[in-house]
Amino acid sequence: MKLRERLDATDGRPSVTRASRREVLAAALGLAAAGALGDAKAAGEDADSPPNVPPWQKQPGASVMSPPYGQPSPFEAGVIRRARNNSPPSPTPQASISLTPLQDLHGIITPNGLHYERHHAGVPAIDPSQHRLLIHGLVDRPMIFTMGEIMRFPSVSRLHFLECSGNTQNWGKPSPTQTVQDTHGLLSCCEWTGVPLKTVLEAVGVKTSARWMLAEGADAAAMTRSIPIEKAFDDALLAYAQNGERLRPEQGYPLRLLLPGFEGNTSVKWLRRLKFGEAPWQTREETSKYSWLMPDGSARQFNFVMEAKSVITSPSGGQRLDGPGFHEISGLAWSGRGRIARVEVSADGGNTWSDAALQEPVLPKCLTRFRSPWRWQGEAAQLASRCTDETGVVQPSHETLLQQRDARSYYHYNAIQNWRVGVDGAVTHAG
Amino acid sequence: MPAKFWIAALCTLAGPAFAGDDYGLGRTASPQEIAGWNIDIAPDGTGLPAGRGSVARGAEIFAGKCAACHGAHGEGKPMDTLAGGAGTINTVKPLKTVGSYWPYATTLFDFVRRAMPFDAPQSLTNDEVYAVSAYVLWLNQIVPKDADLDARTLPQIVMPNRANFVSGYPSRPSQP
Repeated sequence: MKLRERLDATDGRPSVTRASRREVLAAALGLAAAGALGDAKAAGEDADSPPNVPPWQKQPGASVMSPPYGQPSPFEAGVIRRARNNSPPSPTPQASISLTPLQDLHGIITPNGLHYERHHAGVPAIDPSQHRLLIHGLVDRPMIFTMGEIMRFPSVSRLHFLECSGNTQNWGKPSPTQTVQDTHGLLSCCEWTGVPLKTVLEAVGVKTSARWMLAEGADAAAMTRSIPIEKAFDDALLAYAQNGERLRPEQGYPLRLLLPGFEGNTSVKWLRRLKFGEAPWQTREETSKYSWLMPDGSARQFNFVMEAKSVITSPSGGQRLDGPGFHEISGLAWSGRGRIARVEVSADGGNTWSDAALQEPVLPKCLTRFRSPWRWQGEAAQLASRCTDETGVVQPSHETLLQQRDARSYYHYNAIQNWRVGVDGAVTHAG
Repeated sequence: MPAKFWIAALCTLAGPAFAGDDYGLGRTASPQEIAGWNIDIAPDGTGLPAGRGSVARGAEIFAGKCAACHGAHGEGKPMDTLAGGAGTINTVKPLKTVGSYWPYATTLFDFVRRAMPFDAPQSLTNDEVYAVSAYVLWLNQIVPKDADLDARTLPQIVMPNRANFVSGYPSRPSQP
């Protein structure tokens, strides 16, 4: 696909979708106007391709450290987080979401600047020298830790996905123009570094009567969730770094809780306090929100685990196949219960399935990249993926999920995603 | 010196020296430090501070600090609807409000104190939080107009939807 088509297909920002290749290049070179590349224009779009030698080979390029913190190529300016298309804008941009551009990512790691966001009262600007973690309640010794002290504990690094509880709102009729960024973009995956929470809890001595842990953020919402004690002593992490650098402010700098496999909201950012008690606190985020309204009228709380789920990211909604022939089907699969064991792919709307190849590493509670070769003959097609995790959970169809609960439950939609491919190669969201 | 010796020596050092609480990091939190941050309220009322607030006082505070986002009578827009919706939860168009959906009145106090008003969280006095809670509960016809809430009376309120809340933990995988 040519650059301009690719930008058109993948980017939601009009200012960039309309930018021509020459304009982007001119911006990259710091030229005042695209006209400075007049020769290239006269010679046409392929002026810099063989047999011609392009200008970037005829003079030295940019210096080292330009800039000191490296940035993506200007040609990738369209690969950004954004709000959901076809959704009303949030009245409070501080209490809102931004979506990861899954269609533009490769492998399983989400670059830090593209990790999805969900904040309840904005991103606090925290001075790490002033930040403290207080641990109290049913403990032998209530304690306060500085960031320096937390970072002196033995540390670990682990790759885990985070998925917002409300990711994928496919309960109703699909909006055909939605992309995978719209449908699945509240999903990211990083290498997280920090201290196993268990290590610190052993230092404070949690009493045996404690059954639940309250985690509280230092943001303006003082966001709180009650966490089962089993999770706190299992694989919970006090994370202070992601993908090799300290947490980004929007990911909880300087310290966040990370609960692998649990709904994203429970991995409390800007973590300032852990309190131990005998019962859940029934906070607003586990009663009014993040509870499932079930078909029988009951409200089901504490639905922590993000179940087996997968999605094809290429080809996906908003893209256009540039002609019949070979196209690799590629996507992501994950489960909050462990490793992905199998991913199947269908090109005929689920009538026939074939196994996709799983890219190593296949890690527990982590995104797994799958790939499957496909030769498109130019016919109408419907692409779908279906995963199975190592505990045997199979990703359900839309119809199967709706037999259990419906749009009123809102959260944890994990059914199979379908992408329709038209005879013109256009890919649209088919629910 | 043989390598075996050093390995044995290191193991001896590494074992007990780094087990459990021997890292020597952090310090004991003082009661005063804990008190400043210990703002959570449990459903049985544990954590509720001294103070009290009436529906009438709550109406004044709500008009000045809450109504712009939640409507003069909690009808919502642009932000969450706080009142009404009684009887809608088990219908095709549920209207989730404090009165129709929330299972505990203590959650209202906890959330208002920690997170509201949106542009000035933790700015209300405890009396003001009791008063705003009383007003929102009165809007939902859960407390009478002369209600005056405090640490004793607030946890005694039985919310209408309380019995419909069930815990999904521990969960089992759902099979198709």
